[in-house]
Amino acid sequence: MLSAPARTELGVALLRTMIRIRVLEEGIEKHFLAGDIPGFAHLSIGQEAVAAGVCANLRADDAIASTHRGHGHTLAKGTSMRAMVAELFARATGVCRGKGGSMHIADFSVGMLGANGVVAGGFGLVAGAALSAVQRKTDQVAVCFFGDGATNRGPFHENLNLCAIWNLPAIFVLENNRYASTTSTAETMKIADVSIRAAGYGIPATIVDGFDAFAVYDALAAATARARSGGGPTFVECKTFRARGHYIGDPERYRRKGEADDVMQSDDPIVRMQAGLGDALSPDAFERLWNDARDEFADAVAFARNSPAPERDEAFFGVFSGDRDPADPVHRIEARERDALVPFAPQVGSGSQGSGH
Amino acid sequence: MATMTFSEATLAAMREEMRRDPTVFLMGEDIAKQGGIFGQFKGLPQEFGFDRVRDTPISEAALVGAGVGAALTGCRPVVDMHFADFITCAMDEVVNQAAKLRYMFGEQCRVPMTLRAPDGITKSAGSQHSQALEGWFVHTPGLEVVIPADAEDAKGLLKAAIRSDNPTLYFEHKALFPVKGAVPDDDFVIPLGKAKTMRDGRDVAIVTYGITVGRALEAATMLEADGIDATVINLRTVWPLDYDAIADAAARTHRVVVAHEAVKIGGVGAEIASFIGEACFDDLDGPVVRLGAAHVPVPFAPVLQEAVYPKAPAIADAARRLVRREL
Ligand SMILES: Cc1ncc(C[n+]2csc(CCOP(=O)(O)OP(=O)(O)O)c2C)c(N)n1
Repeated sequence: MLSAPARTELGVALLRTMIRIRVLEEGIEKHFLAGDIPGFAHLSIGQEAVAAGVCANLRADDAIASTHRGHGHTLAKGTSMRAMVAELFARATGVCRGKGGSMHIADFSVGMLGANGVVAGGFGLVAGAALSAVQRKTDQVAVCFFGDGATNRGPFHENLNLCAIWNLPAIFVLENNRYASTTSTAETMKIADVSIRAAGYGIPATIVDGFDAFAVYDALAAATARARSGGGPTFVECKTFRARGHYIGDPERYRRKGEADDVMQSDDPIVRMQAGLGDALSPDAFERLWNDARDEFADAVAFARNSPAPERDEAFFGVFSGDRDPADPVHRIEARERDALVPFAPQVGSGSQGSGH
Repeated sequence: MATMTFSEATLAAMREEMRRDPTVFLMGEDIAKQGGIFGQFKGLPQEFGFDRVRDTPISEAALVGAGVGAALTGCRPVVDMHFADFITCAMDEVVNQAAKLRYMFGEQCRVPMTLRAPDGITKSAGSQHSQALEGWFVHTPGLEVVIPADAEDAKGLLKAAIRSDNPTLYFEHKALFPVKGAVPDDDFVIPLGKAKTMRDGRDVAIVTYGITVGRALEAATMLEADGIDATVINLRTVWPLDYDAIADAAARTHRVVVAHEAVKIGGVGAEIASFIGEACFDDLDGPVVRLGAAHVPVPFAPVLQEAVYPKAPAIADAARRLVRREL
């Protein structure tokens, strides 16, 4: 058990992470609607305590796999705000050179194995990263973030079973935010606690208040210790809520107007943490956390704006290891084929607004 | 040089690579205790242990997904698909994950995973155990696709697939497993993307790969009796494709037959034929002729099964008509 001052210090760190995610995502929302960010963007406002509480337990060499709603996980795992924003702005300086975008952002320097455009795509990657840790005899762990909707797909079931029978250091973090796209979880499964599915594979599960970053942190501390010491996988269900639409621009016809406001009124994880810290965190210090995050985001936007779009030729390389070397047999993009394609001007700043999944 | 079966050649490749590199490991259904349904894993767990040769549940999506995750994080997994047909159960993992991650993550990672997939028509295995699916994967940017034709290829290409930093599909024809051939015993690695000329003739080129190479060589012997001298090109790798070898064969013989066991419509042969049409038009003395399986699922009854895919007489016939301009 942590001492009181250490607990406060942890609380402030968790709060800092949550505020950085909130500022980042509110900024993404603004810039997306202004047309600075192309593609789709899915926000995790309301769910920040999960990303913060989980990643505070992880080392840079531990792996995470994220979802289409992955900004918070990525930032919490340690990716720089600059590299993230530049990626979302489709710049050459983005963490994926402008080839991934919001739904396919990854940062291998901090063990972030990628957001995933395919629901449930992360389960295999985490099972594999955990298996790899066993094969290489390290004490690394791998964490899979996923939504309730993902647990209705086959890879969830196959990979939980695989991790269970091989006792792999994998941790399954369910963000049960009550919805999958436009469908409420109650309509797609007969159970209230999705985590009871873990029992079918012999994996212990805990349910935590997903608005409480301390609760998430503690559950992950136990799961991480278990995984590192060869105890096998753990399932943690975080009861949380998605305060925004499924994607930016979602008209949210599937839920009552005001529902999100009501939940955030009582359960905003940032407000809850601030209240929990009480006098240990002065109003000034709290304000400073916000200002620092806003400064960091403004700097990231300036960095992105000053960054070039990717060179056109960049589109043709990076498929295979070795494909930048014309002598390598995998170099398969013949210059004549590239040039035969209609020349195009890179479309920077043409955000598609509020469409699609 | 030693004489061994195709199956033994893959075993030799596995053994050498597992000895060389401790990050190489194997997983699949019925591979460890059973030794694989074609005996292609026999003895490996005895030497390397059941941690490096893993029996798995019947969970194809998990196997390929975990293969990708392990490849991203410092291992060189070899995943056995049992039958190539079951790759369909892991299509997302192959097509949306393995193939794309390196590109869309801006080259931050590599996916050095090998998928071994026994494929092809044999012994009335029927519609769901007989397919040759390479066309799908050649069509997907980011995957290497290699298809050995004999025991020599089996060893040299499997070693190359394991060493490759890219996700590689290794399609091994079920009917080839017991077939014997000469195999170099040293550390023999065949570069991916390089074709092999099996026979050099001046009248017509038969461009092919996998089990159809043997059938093309038989066809060439038949053609010899008619005074027709055929080149046979074994592509070995269908992606990357050795376009230079194909163009060279077209330039030297002016007539090309492309043959494979996979369905002809939308197949690898279509890519090769259209490439020759685009790039080698002036070299040609006739149309490029394509042979492949009929656009039907592979049927069960032996008489039906044998009717649907090209064998030596069909290949010889096509070449003969091309040379004699009887098309
Ligand atoms: C395999 C697949 N099917 C459908 C989609 C479209 N889709 C994107 S997100 C989403 C909902 C996912 O819900 P959940 O797993 O609960 O995560 P959440 O959005 O709540 O974070 C759907 C259906 C997809 N991306 N992939």
